[in-house]
Amino acid sequence: MGTKLLRRSALLALVAAMAIIAAACGNNGTTSGGGGGSPSAPLKVALVAPSATNDLAFTQSMSDALNALKETENLDIAVSDNLFVVDDAASAIRTYASQGYDLVIAHGSQFGGSVEQIAPDFPDVSFAWGTAGDTFGLTNVYAYQAASDQGGYVQGVLAAGLTKSKVIGVVGPIEVGDAKLYVDGFKAGVEATDPSISVKVNYTGSFSDVGLAAEAARSFVAAKADVMTGSAQMVVGAVGVAKTNDVAWFGTQANQTSLAPSVVVASQVYHWEVVLKQVIDGINAGSLGGQTYTIDLENGGEVIEYNSDHGLPADVKAAGDAAIEGIKSGSIQTGVKE
Amino acid sequence: MRQFFTLAVLTATVASGIRLATPFLLASLGETIGQRSGVLNLGVDGIMLLGAFGAYYTALHAQNLWLAVLLGALVGALMGLITAVVSVTMKAEQGISGIGVFLFGLGLSDLLFQKFVGTPLPIDTLPTARVPLLASIPTIGKMLFQANLMVYVAFLLVPAVAFVLNRTTYGTNIKAVGENPAAADSVGVNVARVRYSTIIIGSSLAGLAGATLAIQLGIFQQNLTQGQGFIAVALVYFGAWRPSGVMAGSLLYGMVAAIVLTWKTLGIIPQSASDLAAMAPAVLTVVALVVVARRFRQPAALAKPYERGG
Amino acid sequence: MTSRSGLWLHVDWRRFLVSWFALPAAALAALLIGAGMLLVLGANPLTGYRALLEGAFGSFDSLVNTAIKAVPLVLVGVGICIAFRANVLNIGGEGQLVIGGLASTATALALPDVPRPLLVPLVLLAGAVGGAIWGAIPGSLKAYFNVNEILSTIMLNIVAVQIMNYLLSGPLVDKSFSGFSLIPQTKRLSPNTDLPVLVGGTHLHAGVIVAVLAAVAAYVLLWRTGFGFRLRAVGLSREASGYAGMPVKRTITLALTLSGAMAGLAGAVLVFGSASHRMVTDGTATGFTGSAGFNGIVAALFGGLNPLWTMVSGFVFAGLLVGGNAMQIAVQVPTALIVALNGLLVVFVVSIEYVRRRSRLHQESPREAAGAGSEAERVGAGPSPSTERIEE
Repeated sequence: MGTKLLRRSALLALVAAMAIIAAACGNNGTTSGGGGGSPSAPLKVALVAPSATNDLAFTQSMSDALNALKETENLDIAVSDNLFVVDDAASAIRTYASQGYDLVIAHGSQFGGSVEQIAPDFPDVSFAWGTAGDTFGLTNVYAYQAASDQGGYVQGVLAAGLTKSKVIGVVGPIEVGDAKLYVDGFKAGVEATDPSISVKVNYTGSFSDVGLAAEAARSFVAAKADVMTGSAQMVVGAVGVAKTNDVAWFGTQANQTSLAPSVVVASQVYHWEVVLKQVIDGINAGSLGGQTYTIDLENGGEVIEYNSDHGLPADVKAAGDAAIEGIKSGSIQTGVKE
Repeated sequence: MRQFFTLAVLTATVASGIRLATPFLLASLGETIGQRSGVLNLGVDGIMLLGAFGAYYTALHAQNLWLAVLLGALVGALMGLITAVVSVTMKAEQGISGIGVFLFGLGLSDLLFQKFVGTPLPIDTLPTARVPLLASIPTIGKMLFQANLMVYVAFLLVPAVAFVLNRTTYGTNIKAVGENPAAADSVGVNVARVRYSTIIIGSSLAGLAGATLAIQLGIFQQNLTQGQGFIAVALVYFGAWRPSGVMAGSLLYGMVAAIVLTWKTLGIIPQSASDLAAMAPAVLTVVALVVVARRFRQPAALAKPYERGG
Repeated sequence: MTSRSGLWLHVDWRRFLVSWFALPAAALAALLIGAGMLLVLGANPLTGYRALLEGAFGSFDSLVNTAIKAVPLVLVGVGICIAFRANVLNIGGEGQLVIGGLASTATALALPDVPRPLLVPLVLLAGAVGGAIWGAIPGSLKAYFNVNEILSTIMLNIVAVQIMNYLLSGPLVDKSFSGFSLIPQTKRLSPNTDLPVLVGGTHLHAGVIVAVLAAVAAYVLLWRTGFGFRLRAVGLSREASGYAGMPVKRTITLALTLSGAMAGLAGAVLVFGSASHRMVTDGTATGFTGSAGFNGIVAALFGGLNPLWTMVSGFVFAGLLVGGNAMQIAVQVPTALIVALNGLLVVFVVSIEYVRRRSRLHQESPREAAGAGSEAERVGAGPSPSTERIEE
């Protein structure tokens, strides 16, 4: 047993050595958050997200928004992405808050519970949380969400106009949150245009399983679908299948044209910068939270970006435009939210 | 339910099941070879991911799918060499080293993807390869003989591997080394060399499996395999270390997954039961094994590093 | 110790050096490769590693974070010690964590008003029971139906995730959230279930005590009770134990059940020690567990399958994970680098065992060497070759 003891002692010695080195090297800064940026000092913003910043979907939309505002708002941006382990994300949120960041964006509905508990500990730091609509009654928490049913509705109208086989396929992750909103809106749009169209929905049960999304798409193709759509970062798999089978695709959250320029018709792109600017303005004016912001077609936070390389019959496009105007003016209700 | 039993739907489902089974089959065959020689490799998932990225990157830049597939296999072979050094020469604890390789592969593939590719750009997918004559057989032709080339490769490997294991000297050596390395050593079999070769071959197949996955999907993403490598390892046990059994397990798993997908599309499985339905392949695999329970035993020297005179 | 008189001092120093420096040398090699990767990504390795050390061990806050992160690793690892000592490979930690979390969450939702001193142990117990069931299934399948446990535990991991998705989007979901749509999570669980904080002002919670108690209890179980003796005997040789009249099948089942219970307990701690005090899912097991089901295996094997040493190795590994996240924030590299680095470290450190074992074998008598060799080597051993062969 002697050498085992030696080995264990080595392990302990290693730990002790590391601790001593670490302690000697410096302190763990726990400065509280700043009071907002000013024209001279940049606003320190941290983004904590559950998937990659280049996922062409959820996280990309926020990352793009931050980059769009970086120059004009004088932002100093830090990113921790791929934090789908909720505890790790909570830890990152807390770390950024304690390191003097002015705004910590918790981009993921699963992070809400953590924000609810962490925010009170850092009253000088502003937290933005989405997609959600609850600020927990805290004065330093902003919430942001997307009325994705609106863009979904419009794309549903477009899809209904395009389909010849009268079968449309929808690939979703889990039937909750932003994805469900989009899908429900899409279905409403199709139904309002042509109730005889069969919309098949498959929630694969994962936000990230590309293979499953691809197979779901294949089963739609086998069922004669000639238009498809879907939400979440795993749709890249479905888009590939759409491309191979020449099935039209509608994207959401980010512009997905680059994935398959031959079949992507349009994407409902989230321009979070529309509401992010309001959040930043609020922080600069001293208000750290307490409000919920929504992007929709009206305020330009949601934009239907068409793929110029994909032809769209004039009447279909007109129907889509009419739907957009109708929703903006309020004359059309998607019927998805109460 | 009646919709399911139409010819078109059944054909598509069977073809889908076969296609889903292919990566499992490739990786699982590779793991079988390795385990038969006494080495447990839990890092298959990580190797698959690296092979997938290698293939994806090659396809992206060289526009040549066969080069991509080859590179996937080569990446797998390289990882196999590393695994062999760790497991055979360094005689490391195979359970841990496997998990280490898995973590390494998972992280490195994602890192390389983010550094050298960034936004997921699509690549070409494998074209359908119709087998002449056979593909024209009504129904069966559509189900079985109109798949992509990797599917044929995978299923042809089953009898090939079985042949090697059972009818060649090399195969005998593999089995001997896996059952009783000391005895094999004493009659002049180079245990280390045999294990090196099986690990490298096995890992090449895992890399090939990853490449197949990437090219079938036409894309790469972080953690593309979603744990399929571990399922492939599990299927080795299901198949009782025999290629035919491994094929049966892969097909069972793939087919059930395909059926669940089709039923969801057709609405046979309601939305509310969707999560519960998704567990069907896993549950049925275990149930199948219970039902077919026979007494079989693993290679006696599995996961035990061999030390001459030790 | 050999009695080669003249060389005695010589031999002793060499073994000393190897034992003491092999482990850090291996770690250093891996870290050097990691430094290379950091450089390629445009980050400063010195800044990065300094952040790693500080984040893991550099201050009281860091130590608290590391201790908290270590709790599920240690608990799962202790369970692995029990299972692997019975020669049962429990790869089902992830699933057992999830089911344990669900069971404890359901209990908390059902009984929110039970007074705290009673409710906290109750929900932890519920978690252990949930995990125990999830371990008993593969355990009995192995014992009575000869279904290989690697297969059944991996499959049950998948099943557990789907159950979690179903429950957290359906029956257990928090409907009170304002906003456009529901999030797959429960409501904030009763404050009566919050794990007590040990040191005021920090979030160091009682899960740490639970982990320590579990490790000690497992040690006692394995080496001071009749059951533990039987368990280890079955692990060393199933045949011999059977011939000796031990209840082999029951022991194997119990080993996996206990292992599952530990993981289930870890799942409960994850829920009630979490920042959000809710159970939430993103559709994957890892999102909830943080791979504790796999990392616990690493911790256990590095601890030589000894629950007490698993506490130390779990703590060190947790430091790596916590420090890695801190490093990511400090130098803004992709989190993927941290994952790859962890993998590298594991591979290097586990490889270096060989060097130390070799130097040990040269010094000791063969019997001592065989006995002191890692018990884990015997893991995976099938029945002896003398049993009848199955025809190919």
